[in-house]
Amino acid sequence: MIRRTLLAGVGLAAASALALTGCAAGSTAPADGAEAAVDAKTATSAEAFGSFEALEEAAKAEGALNVIALPRDWANYGEILDLFASKYPEIAINEQSPDVSSAEEITAAETNAGLDTAPDVFDLGLTVALQNTDAFAPYQVQTWDEIPDALKEPSGLFVGDYGGYMSVGYDSSKFEAPEALEDLLGAEYKSAVAINGDPTQAGAAFAAVGLASIQSGGTLDDFQPGIDFFSDLQKAGNLLKVDVTTATVTSGETPVVFDWDYLNAAHTADNPDWKVVVFDDKGYAGYYNQAINADAPHPAAARLWQEFLYSDEVQNLWLKGGARPARMDAMTEAGTIDADLAAALPATPAETLVPTEEQSTVAGELLGEKWAAAVQ
Amino acid sequence: MTIAPLTAAGPTTGSAAAVSPEAAPRASSRGAVASALAWIGLLPFAAYILLFLALPTILALGSGLFDDAGNLTTENLAALAEPTILLVFGNTVWLSLATAVAGSVIGALVCWAMLGLADAHPMRRVVDAGASVLAQFGGVMLAFAFIATFGLQGVATLLLKDALGIDLYADGPWIYELPGLFAPYIYFQVPLMVITFMPALVALRPQWAEANLTLGGTRAGFWVHIGLPVLAPAFLASLLLLFANAFSSYATAAALASQGAPIIPLQIRAALTSETVLGRENLAGALALGMIVIVALAMWAYSAVQRRADRWRR
Repeated sequence: MIRRTLLAGVGLAAASALALTGCAAGSTAPADGAEAAVDAKTATSAEAFGSFEALEEAAKAEGALNVIALPRDWANYGEILDLFASKYPEIAINEQSPDVSSAEEITAAETNAGLDTAPDVFDLGLTVALQNTDAFAPYQVQTWDEIPDALKEPSGLFVGDYGGYMSVGYDSSKFEAPEALEDLLGAEYKSAVAINGDPTQAGAAFAAVGLASIQSGGTLDDFQPGIDFFSDLQKAGNLLKVDVTTATVTSGETPVVFDWDYLNAAHTADNPDWKVVVFDDKGYAGYYNQAINADAPHPAAARLWQEFLYSDEVQNLWLKGGARPARMDAMTEAGTIDADLAAALPATPAETLVPTEEQSTVAGELLGEKWAAAVQ
Repeated sequence: MTIAPLTAAGPTTGSAAAVSPEAAPRASSRGAVASALAWIGLLPFAAYILLFLALPTILALGSGLFDDAGNLTTENLAALAEPTILLVFGNTVWLSLATAVAGSVIGALVCWAMLGLADAHPMRRVVDAGASVLAQFGGVMLAFAFIATFGLQGVATLLLKDALGIDLYADGPWIYELPGLFAPYIYFQVPLMVITFMPALVALRPQWAEANLTLGGTRAGFWVHIGLPVLAPAFLASLLLLFANAFSSYATAAALASQGAPIIPLQIRAALTSETVLGRENLAGALALGMIVIVALAMWAYSAVQRRADRWRR
């Protein structure tokens, strides 16, 4: 029930977004089944290899997997990578540039094209995923049917993997829980409120301005109220501009942080007093997406990584990281979800909003124009 | 370098080769080899300049002047005139200029103080070595050193607050904004000034001061009429170097002030790596072009001043 509200919102965005990718998806040839020589590069499902075991063998034969932009403290990726390493010791994982942005993942694939150092798989924000569908190879995992339609590109060029709500994390030893956005403008939050990144660059920070907009009576069509909110925050002397890291949260340098709820939840490990608030009337949600590099140097390993990520085990690991995994609804129904972890998630807002591609573009332009001056 | 083979042949052949008719052809062929060797010796440096100066300049020009489809466009250059970009260019120049002036004045005073010590004095060696290290101590480590010391939870901040009741950030956390960049910048500007300006001060010959005194001049008169005019070109050249140094700094600011990209290098990063405002990679080229123009102007002024300064170093 809780998740469905979130998905309903995401569906809106994805439906309009996927229309754009229709032609790219149509032009990709389907794999020609289990022929003698399987071309892993064009395989669109595990059956193309004959069986899942055959896929595992092919991936082990390749012996390596290049992943990029997976910070170990992001959505529990550290544990997920370690599990893959222990499950498939034959496959060496190369963790490249964990802290780069979605756009830089695509750049890395372009500049390393044809080299065996190119990333095999991507983890991308929706905007970047939509603009680069020709860089992806379509693939449908075995649990494909359990992924809600709203979260997947129909041919499997990219698929939502985990998501969450924009939230405010705070150190409960220093502050009371903020009950509404405006509370943060108060004098008690002096020099205390930070955003994870710059909204003209990072998806999470962009979402923070989006949340501020809908919480200030605005809509996703116009981010101006959100920009105004942060401008007021700056004028009140409350906005902190230092780059938020686990270290700044642990040391108390950034005691109040706008970030995805699962990233804020992860800080609890380093600061036991850290609490997460998702405002309960209107929420801003977003999912990240998995995609396989069309020029992946290790195509079978890339596909095995996808199967691995959408297995019950890893979906629960994402949940453990405080994120809402793509198969959550189906797993809740099947009883395979970790109920304790699911219950620990912040309550879902009454209304969930996700910007469409067009709204994102308009907001991006507005931010590019106004943000730097608004927070000076 | 070209005379090295001649002098190496023996203590007398150097002058003999120049006058002896038989030796002349041999010497000139040796000279040709030596000069060819000299040119080969230049290759690594030339390749370095080509790869890391010429090529990036051409790429910046290319990406700034052309759009994604490869058509010539002035759109990106026009973006240089946007109010935000102009404001940020203004910030960057102001920050660079202010820290260059502060750094060069403080650095020059340090150099002057060190003149009072003998060449081999341990203190002078310590300052020399320290300056060489600290001039390179910029970037993320410097930023974190400042956060740990002067951050909101920094050692010095809390000490000031608890012991003296001084709240550094009563008006807001300015350390993470443009004003907060001044202190870290000056921190690496001063040592750079010490390194570059010390040789010029050392070249001030004691004989000049003695001559001045002998002729009835005063100490103040020495500085006004001899010392400062002689040092001015070297000082200005160092100042310009400091300006260029601050202007191109990136990592320190990236770690300290992450909102709103208050300086141009951070705007370039934003245009290149943004995952929310896409398709502005070419703006980065135009911004880089703007920076190249400003740095080129500074470097041109630097070399002009340097030429004048060289007169006094002979």
